[in-house]
Amino acid sequence: MAWVPKILAFVCTYCTYTAADMAGSARMQYPATVRIVKYLCTGSIDILHILKAFEAGADGVLVSGCEAGSCHFLEGNLRARERVEYAQHLLEEIGLGRGRLEMYEVAASDAPKWVAAVKEMSARIKELGPNPLKGGRALAADFPEQPGAGMEA
Amino acid sequence: MIIAERKPFAEIEAAVAPYEKILILGCGTCVAVCLVGGEKEVGLLASQLKLAAGLKGRRLEVGEITVERQCDLEFIQPLCDFIADYDCIISMACGAGVQDLGRLCYMKPIFPAVNTSFIGVNLEAGNYAERCLACNHCYLGVTGGICPVTMCPKGLLNGPCGGMLNGRCEVNPENTCAWSDIFHRLESQGRLEQLQEILPLHPHHKRTTPGKVVHPAYKRRYGAHE
Repeated sequence: MAWVPKILAFVCTYCTYTAADMAGSARMQYPATVRIVKYLCTGSIDILHILKAFEAGADGVLVSGCEAGSCHFLEGNLRARERVEYAQHLLEEIGLGRGRLEMYEVAASDAPKWVAAVKEMSARIKELGPNPLKGGRALAADFPEQPGAGMEA
Repeated sequence: MIIAERKPFAEIEAAVAPYEKILILGCGTCVAVCLVGGEKEVGLLASQLKLAAGLKGRRLEVGEITVERQCDLEFIQPLCDFIADYDCIISMACGAGVQDLGRLCYMKPIFPAVNTSFIGVNLEAGNYAERCLACNHCYLGVTGGICPVTMCPKGLLNGPCGGMLNGRCEVNPENTCAWSDIFHRLESQGRLEQLQEILPLHPHHKRTTPGKVVHPAYKRRYGAHE
């Protein structure tokens, strides 16, 4: 079976999650590569959550919040962008590269933009290949295998 | 508080390359406030080390612990047994904390993860500025609370140099002139006559390193004399 990337999507409940929900309701098609983790606001996403995702074997991490200026909590999305950029720097430092992490801004009504973001991220991760940490299972003891994880191999 | 910057990851990684069981020890005081060595930053460095080792096909055992203050034996002494399980320690404290830890665990290799920058203030989140050189001779009472030793690049004690232009510093025009600031501060407080007093030469001899202070109440205990 062909390798399918596993991308964790850390999204804000007010904008991107609503857009993703709408994309589903409207039966829009996008790759089944993302696992959505809903946050009350992208401002509450910790850099550690992002690094742990890669430790656990995620091939990519997509952070998506409200458009600049429309955050429900005023500036959570701006803080998230600063953190994502710093996390990209940390990933670059260790040699994993910054490309596996990206931040998008998707408004609650913009389901097509969510679909485009997932398609773009999926294409990018397919090009980058699987998370190199997964092969060696170097961190398996910290993160037990998820049910069904071996099905893609 | 003490302001520090984290060292580049490559430098930290190279220092601990020979070891497999690494303890990262954070400090919950100054370096936690300036976002380089607190509990969260310990977690980030641990994660980075594990990821980087994984990419090289290695497996590291990384312990994480953060104490209230690393520059105080009272807080680090209880860690002795815990530390014994590790091959080396990465300390995320300032230089003082690293050295105090070294005093306690002198048999264990200790590597600093931060460069200690200066004594400063928090201007706003993530933005710090130097305010004190710890010169051991404070003028703030007569300079309206602005330190000429620290804020003037030339350390002048009796007014600005000839290079001050429109209240800006000639060394770095981005900064205001310390003596211009002192003048305006004293003016606003109605204390300009303070400037009539000529300050004597700065007693640099009071700044010989390593400095040592014994509190007057403890002079007998430590056999210190005036």
